[in-house]
Amino acid sequence: MSVRSRFLREMTKHGELYLIALPVVAYYIIFHYVPMYGAQIAFKDFSPSSGISGSPWVGLRHFADFFGSIYFIRVLKNTLTISVTSLIFGFPAPIILALLINELRSRRFSRTVQLITYMPHFISMVVVCGMILEFTSRSGLISVVLSWFGVPPKTMLNDAGLFVPIYVISGIWQGIGWGSIIYLAALTGIDQELYQAASIDGAGRWRQTLHITFPGLLPTIIVLLILRTGNILGVGAEKIILLYNASIYETSDVISSYVYRRGILNADWSFSSAVGLFNSVVNFILVVSVNWLSRRASDTSLW
Amino acid sequence: MPSRGIRMTTGERVFNAFNILIMLSLVVLTLYPLLYVVFAAFSVPSRLMTNYGVLLGPQGFSLVSFAAVFRNPNIWSGYKNTLIIVVFGTALNMLMTILGGYVLSRKSWFLSRPIALGVVFTMYFSGGLIPFYLTVRGLRMTDSLLALIIPTAISTYNLMIMRTAMATIPSSLEESAKMDGAGHLTILFRIIAPLIFPTLAVLVLYYGVAHWNSWFNAMIFLRKRSLFPLQLILREILIQNYTLDMSIGSAMTDQEMVSETIKYSVIIISTVPILCLYPFLQRYFVKGVMIGAIKG
Repeated sequence: MSVRSRFLREMTKHGELYLIALPVVAYYIIFHYVPMYGAQIAFKDFSPSSGISGSPWVGLRHFADFFGSIYFIRVLKNTLTISVTSLIFGFPAPIILALLINELRSRRFSRTVQLITYMPHFISMVVVCGMILEFTSRSGLISVVLSWFGVPPKTMLNDAGLFVPIYVISGIWQGIGWGSIIYLAALTGIDQELYQAASIDGAGRWRQTLHITFPGLLPTIIVLLILRTGNILGVGAEKIILLYNASIYETSDVISSYVYRRGILNADWSFSSAVGLFNSVVNFILVVSVNWLSRRASDTSLW
Repeated sequence: MPSRGIRMTTGERVFNAFNILIMLSLVVLTLYPLLYVVFAAFSVPSRLMTNYGVLLGPQGFSLVSFAAVFRNPNIWSGYKNTLIIVVFGTALNMLMTILGGYVLSRKSWFLSRPIALGVVFTMYFSGGLIPFYLTVRGLRMTDSLLALIIPTAISTYNLMIMRTAMATIPSSLEESAKMDGAGHLTILFRIIAPLIFPTLAVLVLYYGVAHWNSWFNAMIFLRKRSLFPLQLILREILIQNYTLDMSIGSAMTDQEMVSETIKYSVIIISTVPILCLYPFLQRYFVKGVMIGAIKG
């Protein structure tokens, strides 16, 4: 069959499918792959008037500038501190919640607990951060409660040492309920006969949880852990920008907020693209290697 | 809820009691900050200033701060812009995600897999914020609401949920429709879409809430205040403390006091619509977070 008639046959058979795929493919090319192509300005001195291809190459100069500046160690350290602390405290929280909800005897109570703990997820980041700023101010709710325990009231977000705890604790408040859904979904997939069999064998609830429920959750836990670990440098800019101020940059400025300030506010496009590209590449290497390790160790992986 | 024997041991009773206690504390810890906002918003501003700290109810009852908020034209224009973004943005999101889900779930089509690879890759690698910003700017979308609708037309995570849902539909249904001469578009919109209604409902909620709550793209792409969505106005009030222009209607001495309760009122005005909506879709949430959505 000639190329032409093969093409015509494919078109009559699947023409509508090409029509359906076109906008989707176009979207991904324009808003994901064109920016990836544009990331080459990290190796150039980009100016809008010369365009991406017209701007002169400067090699690794922006990367050298970044690695040589005091900001490199600072934003890297802050990003890692925030994300590791969030991982240690924030990752197990929804798992524990799901296990506890699963043990509730009353269906109605369980549904109510779920409904209420989901609520913070639907509140916008701006509002949550507005509440945090109010509550941690000198006369705010949290300062007042802490003063009962002898902590002198102060504007907590002007204290560099308090930024990470505030960020992480509020993060748990925002995400614990919503994060538990995925585990509750996994729990519904566990074969109920296992529990009956264990019960007949004399296993109590604790041992059932340890030997049936927890192993049932493990694949889900591993997949989410791979994603979290792979995204360890991916602390988002939004919450940081809303909560921090110049007096606490030393503990609160992360890679993404630094990119935002240098790129969007100062228009240092090439330099901030270099910082962003460094971040993307490290993230990608991390997720690929963690996934590889997990596949070897536990047979669970993303792909 | 697994059935685990009829009789409970003492240990189990103690555990149950503790568990309920933990859950109740969690409920209080989740709800109290929100209740505090409600109490403070309806309080008389001057009494809130002297009676700050833990509140068990509104301090007096006053609607001055709500009145001040509604007098502010920025709130109204913010609301209007947000509604436009939510309605048109979500409609485009759903259309694109339905189309994408269909393409990715056509396992027999030779282009389906390459497209899926290209899509999934973007979950793990991106060009970064600045090249994305420059791309949107290059398309001359800045200072237009289009910048908040088109660049976020598909969330890859939601697309994976859609694909998983569509893949569960038995292909025999489509085969018989094909026999009757139905094309891809007919199969997609007449047969598949109605069958995955719960997934569509959850995704409308996810996209709608995301648009309602988003502010970052608006912050980087918009300069004209008349285009600002509600969240950007909220940011000025809550984070950057631009409240004084709103309390100007009140007596000079009350200004600072009102500016404090205004913050709580705008939180309520902007958050209540969403909080009224999500409970209706609660039973579909579990369907919307299938682990298959993440696993390529």
